[in-house]
Amino acid sequence: MRIQLLRNFIALTLLFITSISSATPSASSAVADPVSAKPFVFSAIPDQDEANLQERFDKVAVYLQDQLGIEVRYIPVKSYAAAVTAFRNNQVQLAWFGGLSGVQARRLVPGSQAIAQGTEDPFFTSYIIAHSSAGLEPSDNFPAGIAGKTFTFGSKGSTSGRLMPEYFISENLRDTPDKLFSKVGYSGDHSRTIALVQSGAYQVGAVNYKVWDKALAAGKIDSDKVKVIWRTPSYPDYQWTVRGDVNDSWGPDFQARLTAALLAMDDPDLLASFPRSGFIAADNDLYQPILDTAISVGIIDPGK
Amino acid sequence: MSASNSINTSASALRNLSFWFALSALLCLLLVDIEISSADPWAELGLMTAGALSPSVWSWPTLLSSLANTFAFALQGVTLAAMGGFVLALGYRFTLVRAFCAFIRSIHELFWALLFMQVAGLSSLTGLLAIAIPYAGTLAKIYGELFEEVDPAPANNLPPTSSRLSHFCYSVLPLAWRSMATYTSYRFECAIRSSAILGFVGLPTLGFHLETALSDGQYSEAAAFFYALLLLIGTLRLWLHKRLLPVYLVAVFYYLPPQATISWQLLVRFISEDIVPAPLRGQTIASAETLNSLSQWFSLLWQQQIWPGLVNTVLLGQISLVFTGLLALALLPLNSSLFFRHGRIVSRHLKRSIGDSILVLLRTLPEYLLAFIGLLIFGPSMLPAILALGIHNGAIIGHLLGRYTEEFNLRDDASRGITLYFYEVLPRIYRQFLAFLFYRWEVILRETAILGILGIATLGFYIDSAFETFRFDVALLLILVSAALNISVDQFARYLRQRLQLKTVPESL
Repeated sequence: MRIQLLRNFIALTLLFITSISSATPSASSAVADPVSAKPFVFSAIPDQDEANLQERFDKVAVYLQDQLGIEVRYIPVKSYAAAVTAFRNNQVQLAWFGGLSGVQARRLVPGSQAIAQGTEDPFFTSYIIAHSSAGLEPSDNFPAGIAGKTFTFGSKGSTSGRLMPEYFISENLRDTPDKLFSKVGYSGDHSRTIALVQSGAYQVGAVNYKVWDKALAAGKIDSDKVKVIWRTPSYPDYQWTVRGDVNDSWGPDFQARLTAALLAMDDPDLLASFPRSGFIAADNDLYQPILDTAISVGIIDPGK
Repeated sequence: MSASNSINTSASALRNLSFWFALSALLCLLLVDIEISSADPWAELGLMTAGALSPSVWSWPTLLSSLANTFAFALQGVTLAAMGGFVLALGYRFTLVRAFCAFIRSIHELFWALLFMQVAGLSSLTGLLAIAIPYAGTLAKIYGELFEEVDPAPANNLPPTSSRLSHFCYSVLPLAWRSMATYTSYRFECAIRSSAILGFVGLPTLGFHLETALSDGQYSEAAAFFYALLLLIGTLRLWLHKRLLPVYLVAVFYYLPPQATISWQLLVRFISEDIVPAPLRGQTIASAETLNSLSQWFSLLWQQQIWPGLVNTVLLGQISLVFTGLLALALLPLNSSLFFRHGRIVSRHLKRSIGDSILVLLRTLPEYLLAFIGLLIFGPSMLPAILALGIHNGAIIGHLLGRYTEEFNLRDDASRGITLYFYEVLPRIYRQFLAFLFYRWEVILRETAILGILGIATLGFYIDSAFETFRFDVALLLILVSAALNISVDQFARYLRQRLQLKTVPESL
């Protein structure tokens, strides 16, 4: 018994040690080998339609590879925070961020730059949607009647599903959501916010207008059960952000060439991945309002 | 239970204890919100049912590779945890070691993964450690308690001069070995579930695609991934033989070598900057001003997150614990041949396998999915959380209890059905039942973390928020608080276990 036990332990220990020390990147490894990334790697926040992220963004990777003449890879992540962390740790050098995640990423990585945004992104908006049982009607004015209802945001780190709706709600009703609503949930993403409000599980919710419009066009929404009752004022949202040190690895004009390639993207099939009608130039200052809002709502600490 | 019955082993003590637990849960129930408020869940539930009945695989390579990854992380994690747990168990009589074990297992696998991700990225090493560390804490506890509980008779017969090592190797280890092995193999099933769940934060296991499909409402695809997980767990007994274990081990370490490019820069930054409380960052000397802002930082956190988080975690944990217990007692006959003794042998076996399958299904359903279904049906309140935690853990304890009853020998003329249950089975399993329940207590507390979708502000909810906003100092503080809660619960459960002489792990497990 004892000898067999010892033998097993020694065998397992050796196995473990050798497997760590001889760890060479192999084709069978299913996990991306992170920092040794000579290929240029990018990611995107998983805001909707996650199942097809890989397919959608692999096409973008092929496009960038052709344009830049280097190997370009896309890696999928599961959350907004994971996208920011991967960017901070240099596992990805470029990312398609939301307004808030972009601001967070650029604060964590000094020198990084917002270089391009969608044509629609300077004037992004959120919808407040309500289940029919809530008895709320569409209006141009802020729907003060949402106070006291149950309410769901999207992801905790979402600009259009959390930050801006929270800001406009607090500004209009002069209190924080947890005091204003009888219950506050975080559904995790926009598609699920729609499903939860449509089922009446939450009476009211906040959702990215692009995701809503797409779901509506796809026939996934029953207008008798759930409808848009208000649209927020516009704010800047999604953008491409690149690390400041990419020129050191890929050549002195790399950032400029990358920016040009993104702005030149005009294949409707590629643009549908985002979904945007085209890309225009962007810079960090455009997102100052988002940063200010995040600080006022308490998602980002002031200073630094 | 023969020796030293002098302390307090009478049935009345067990009854009293059960009474106080039930009463505390009822009181907690008065304090929480369990209001039912839902309008029309049926459309969404209809889609889910249709999806469950028509599983569709959108990509076989994806399904198979995530299946292999799930298995690989689990096997590697448990192997490492068994080695680490064994070493820790040798010192389990020291309070400090016990506290350390309680600490490392009090942190949910998902949070371990999120912590390692900050320095090791989304790597296979992150996945391995996220399972191995908390499991080492759990296995250390089980092994340690097994060592304490072995029959002292062989030890008393050793020559008094024998060394500690030979004392351990000849009179403790051989007696505990079988239980250790069976318990470890049971933990392996749990590790597969944990491994799948790690997909929720981005590791390439089944949970990655399951969560993706669920959040997009693609229930047919979700069903395919869920059935794959179910199949993996349900068929373990058929192909995971002891003799093949070394083969599987070599295979998984070859397939998914634990590796990560750890950047020392990131590690240093994480330790010297990220997890340092915000007011202390960049300060070299402790000035009065710094201390003042530190105490403000802490008292604000205490008011807004720590105290409400603690209250909600304890309330939810207590109610779910008692609900888990009730459900476990109701479900155990499904996995016990005592209740399938009559009728033709074929139909007996059939019924028994159906019963067992129901339990496998219930305990494999991730709590997160159960909570989502509960949320659709009952609306947002603590009710879906209680149901999710209760069903999942109740099915696990019911399964273990059912297996425990297999050891019983009944007289040929033993009664049947309800009489058998209440007059024969229940009294004989009750101690064991309480032992399992106390052991699950801290697990339930830890699992309250992943129900943020319901907006229930448990400690885990705030930990998740802190990670989302990159406040690692806050995350670490909250993790320490929940670890302290867990260590207290562990100490209390240990006290009850000793007072009532409950055995944690039966030899028959």
